[in-house]
Amino acid sequence: MAINYIRTKVKEQDPKVRATNFSEVCYGYTKEEALEEASRCINCKKPRCVEACPVSVQIPRFIEALTKDDVARAAQIIAEDNLLPSVCGRVCPQENQCEGSCILGVKGEPVAIGLLERYVGDWKIKNVESNDQSPAPSHQSQIKVAIVGSGPAGLACAADLAKMGYAVTIFEVLHKAGGVLQYGIPEFRLPKSAIVEQEINAVRELGVEIVTDTVVGRTVTIDELMDRDGFEAVFIGSGAGLPKFMGIQGESSNGVVSANEFLTRANLMKAYDSSYDTPIFTGSHVVVVGGGNVAMDAVRTAKRLGAKATIVYRRSEAELPARLEEVHHAKEEGIEFRMLTNPTAIVADENGWVKAIRCVEMELGEPDASGRRSPVVKVGSEFEVECSSVVMALGTSPNPLISQTTAGLETNRWGCVVADENGATTRQGVFAGGDVVTGAATVILAMGAGRTAARAIDNYLKTK
Amino acid sequence: MHTILTKQTLAPQIVAMTVDAPRMATAAKPGQFLIVIPDEKGERIPLTICDYDANEGTITIVIQAIGASSKKLIEMNVGDKFEGFVGPLGHPSEFIHLSYEELSKKSFMFVAGGLGAAPVYPQVKWLSERGVQPHVIIGAKSAEYVIFEEEFRKLTPNVHIATDDGSRGFHGLVTALLEKLVEKGNKYDEVIAIGPMVMMKFVSLTTKKLEIPTIVSLNTIMVDGSGMCGACRVTVDGKVRFACVEGPEFDGHKVDFDEAMRRAKMYHTQEAEASHKCNIR
Repeated sequence: MAINYIRTKVKEQDPKVRATNFSEVCYGYTKEEALEEASRCINCKKPRCVEACPVSVQIPRFIEALTKDDVARAAQIIAEDNLLPSVCGRVCPQENQCEGSCILGVKGEPVAIGLLERYVGDWKIKNVESNDQSPAPSHQSQIKVAIVGSGPAGLACAADLAKMGYAVTIFEVLHKAGGVLQYGIPEFRLPKSAIVEQEINAVRELGVEIVTDTVVGRTVTIDELMDRDGFEAVFIGSGAGLPKFMGIQGESSNGVVSANEFLTRANLMKAYDSSYDTPIFTGSHVVVVGGGNVAMDAVRTAKRLGAKATIVYRRSEAELPARLEEVHHAKEEGIEFRMLTNPTAIVADENGWVKAIRCVEMELGEPDASGRRSPVVKVGSEFEVECSSVVMALGTSPNPLISQTTAGLETNRWGCVVADENGATTRQGVFAGGDVVTGAATVILAMGAGRTAARAIDNYLKTK
Repeated sequence: MHTILTKQTLAPQIVAMTVDAPRMATAAKPGQFLIVIPDEKGERIPLTICDYDANEGTITIVIQAIGASSKKLIEMNVGDKFEGFVGPLGHPSEFIHLSYEELSKKSFMFVAGGLGAAPVYPQVKWLSERGVQPHVIIGAKSAEYVIFEEEFRKLTPNVHIATDDGSRGFHGLVTALLEKLVEKGNKYDEVIAIGPMVMMKFVSLTTKKLEIPTIVSLNTIMVDGSGMCGACRVTVDGKVRFACVEGPEFDGHKVDFDEAMRRAKMYHTQEAEASHKCNIR
């Protein structure tokens, strides 16, 4: 069969329409489209895509099942390695991972692995009543493991440990499970009740208990969990939740918020739905400072709330850390991009409300430690952009609450928990993975770290 | 979990509730707060912890109906469950780290304005259980809004009342009563002021003049209450601090109250609209 280098197109909501609603941008493949796309996979003997997947999903195998129209089998194959296929199919940076290493990409377009994974995951949510992988009762079910945080790292770790037969309890600080999947990534990229909550339920069905409203470090400490409550190992997957601010003049003005606050109000607290009590403020023009995926999420949310929405980023478009797809979607939706622009102050009106953001123009100089050309201020280029609110999307670092309240847990100078390649921390029996170890990264890397730690926890408990 | 066990009206539009929350009741200490979510569509509302009972596994909260969300809260009844109830949050009061000996040498004055009597109560109770008898000023706009008087009198003989209209106790503001007590020769090593932001500002100005170290508890806007959103940022001693994880108690002489009061109004217009929506339902 001749190799087909052209990817099957996927339908998306019209940009003009979707810029006014919170429904999902991408419709995903239909059955016919999925089968057509699946048939493009040449089933490599040494699949580079699997190597590039942080959780090693058996990609050619599940795609092969799809080509035989056996979606149920495809779902089982994915479930061996990934319990959140509908989430990952939507938010993984596939272009740098599986799809980025697909052999078809050398001469043409790589197989749309993400869209196929999403298709299988969504099919499973719609068609499979309950998870048939309930763990067989074993001697291990008396051994209790605590997981801190119900985000991607915690869920992946919990799922694997539950499959091994451990009694797993996840403690979550917010009132809903999912971590960044719930508070951070917007509905229009990742639907909450239709997708996130369904896939989390699949983790619950493995026997994992999720206790919300629990601040580890305050409601209960890791020391108490281990010494008082009988947990024999703990996995910390509490993410990187502490927002950064610029420290510029006027940043305390009314109307300046972190992307975390803005997105939490919109996503977790559903401020876009008028039947919820949550307030959110945009005004007529929202400026979002930053160029990562979170900045794109914030700016597109602001647009959907009815404001003019602008990205201000200090480097050039080529350096934007956000996924190309997100930048592309944002542009289609009418987001304004001001590149090589760096804020120097927030200007407030006489009542202390934001009225403008003062910026300087930048130009690119020599490459810095990250290999990106570092921006340098153009002398005398100061100017103001009128706006009603400013969202700071400058990145996040791990919340210090847990490290401060856990004896013997070492952190590095960025506040990240120190862990070895298996997730073992400096405290015996305590493991960690995901953003709390690496600093803010991706959903799938966190899941990979959660799985690695699950194996390490199993080894630790077996040899203890 | 998170079921309302008792409900009692303390004053017009002010209600006390005990809530089933065993983990929180075991962990709570004076000075900490919690976040309550009335129902699925409700806000996350920060409230001070008024009392905790580890044996019973209960937490007591006091709510004053001001906005749409607090109105929703006080309309809930015994047997109802909150959508969320999380805590304890923030650091406990500094004085809990002092030894008995240090405590016995210290003279504390608590200034509780309006609903501030609720968070002051567990602090006075904690001290009283360790043999300290602090002074307490309860300030309210009129006699019917004076709350926790009996409870305080059980803990310490030094309870003073001030009302704006003079209908009970001293006629005037808590700051005037505080100055009067100091003039009379009372010596205070530390003032802890909890109440409306404007009251804490003026108590702090007064005690600065009187040279008494002062702690205030900042009730800022919050979403998660765990250091994630930064809505609660306040300027203390020229530095930006997160009230939720670094507070809620700060040195009153170093807090930028004008900024804090301005920031507290961030969502006022929308709250007024929400309140309106709620009323016509």
